[in-house]
Amino acid sequence: MSLRQALESGKFVVTAEVAPGKGTDVEHLLEEAAVIKERVDAVNVTDLQSSVMRLGSMAFSHFLTEIGIDPVYQVTCRDRNCLALQSDLLSAWALGIKNVLALTGDHPVLGDHPKARPVFELDSVSLLDVIGKLNSGVDMAGNELKGAPDFLPGAVVNPGADNEAALDLQIMKLEKKVEAGAKFIQTQGVYDLDTFEKFMKRIEGLDTKVLGGIILLKSVGMARFMNKNVSGVFVPEPLIQEIKAAEDKAQASKDIAVRLIKGMKDLCDGVHIMALGWESKIPAILDEVGL
Amino acid sequence: MIIAEQKPLEEIQDMVAPYQKILLVGCGSCMTFCSAGGSEEVNKLADALVSENKNMGIKKTTTPRQCAGKFIKRLEDKIGDCEAILSMACGNGVQAVASRFPEKPVLPALNTQFIGIKEEPGVWTEMCMACGDCILWKTGGICPVTRCAKSLVNGACGGASEGKCEVSKDRPCAWQEIYHALKRLNMLHYLKEKPQVKEWPIHPGRVVREDLREAEAE
Repeated sequence: MSLRQALESGKFVVTAEVAPGKGTDVEHLLEEAAVIKERVDAVNVTDLQSSVMRLGSMAFSHFLTEIGIDPVYQVTCRDRNCLALQSDLLSAWALGIKNVLALTGDHPVLGDHPKARPVFELDSVSLLDVIGKLNSGVDMAGNELKGAPDFLPGAVVNPGADNEAALDLQIMKLEKKVEAGAKFIQTQGVYDLDTFEKFMKRIEGLDTKVLGGIILLKSVGMARFMNKNVSGVFVPEPLIQEIKAAEDKAQASKDIAVRLIKGMKDLCDGVHIMALGWESKIPAILDEVGL
Repeated sequence: MIIAEQKPLEEIQDMVAPYQKILLVGCGSCMTFCSAGGSEEVNKLADALVSENKNMGIKKTTTPRQCAGKFIKRLEDKIGDCEAILSMACGNGVQAVASRFPEKPVLPALNTQFIGIKEEPGVWTEMCMACGDCILWKTGGICPVTRCAKSLVNGACGGASEGKCEVSKDRPCAWQEIYHALKRLNMLHYLKEKPQVKEWPIHPGRVVREDLREAEAE
């Protein structure tokens, strides 16, 4: 079943995420993806996440199609102008990629080439608009395409924005994204179900599918790092203490993910699990939540 | 105004090294206001260059504006036997002087930074990128093209933290500032407009005003 079919079926959808590395070695990552192949509806492939130069998301998304995984090709507006973005989208479709996640992208200054010149000619919203145009058979300039894609466009939102202005801005932008054609939304990592529930109430009625973000907590250090450095991610202190007190950290991490996914089942349309190298732990988590 | 900073002294010394005698020219407008190239800075730079090289002959002057032909013309009387002009103008002024004196090397003593304002003593902030299509009426008087690190025009990215930009903790998120301004003005509806794609000008820019050309011709 493709991601599109899964979302349309009304089932609780599960997606995961892999990040290509720095270099041409893809075997290891393909093995990790293969472990979860039968358990998830799609796997995202990140596009130079955190602005770190790596192997590209289009190539790896294509490799996933070859092993029978439906990829979500992540595309940021950081590195490409509208010519390159449109061309890459056409290329991706020709390579068998059917789902696109439109992102603005982090600023290059956060990555390993901090002086790289950023583009940001388009942003997440205008990129979705362009994907809609390509799907309808014309490019941004209104020229007709000979052979058009039929992408399933998606986008992201940060439900944990840390003040009223930031959250209002997130919601207004989310509304624009849905209006521009985003059929599914994957959220930033959620650790507080109450905040998430309030967020879902605020966007009630938006015509899109929302997959709650789950980031597996690998250690106390990682939790504290994210609280300090990752916008919109807040790991509450009790969860940090739970990991700290646990003899088996991996088990505690799994328990937390299981609780969050169970809680999300009544709140949204699926989950997006970011395992950050712990892909092998995903099947056991899904077993426990009955997915 | 245009904001600039003086180049490192070593770089200026490298530029002037081939010459025995130079004309050092300050600029009386923006460069004076941003304390980068007014008569005060001309004196300081001349002293610094001479203290490093006693043989250097420096003639000093400051024009009201180095970007205006009538003021540049006045330099003709000053240049004398100077082999080069060291300009403390913005890049605009340096090029205007260079085009007037094609036989002389015109050297930039400053690095031109941006169009901006003085925020507090010693601190200037960029405000305008001269993008050619002003949207300040829809953004509460705060320019997202200039003050958002990504020049986003369709709203905030998800990178801000505690109201600060992901690029630097001492930069406010321009979109949160715009949000507060529009809320105060009861104009939040501007944030809900259809997605825009910013059109960037092709450089070098050129403004042609036919009305003025015709008036001149008559």
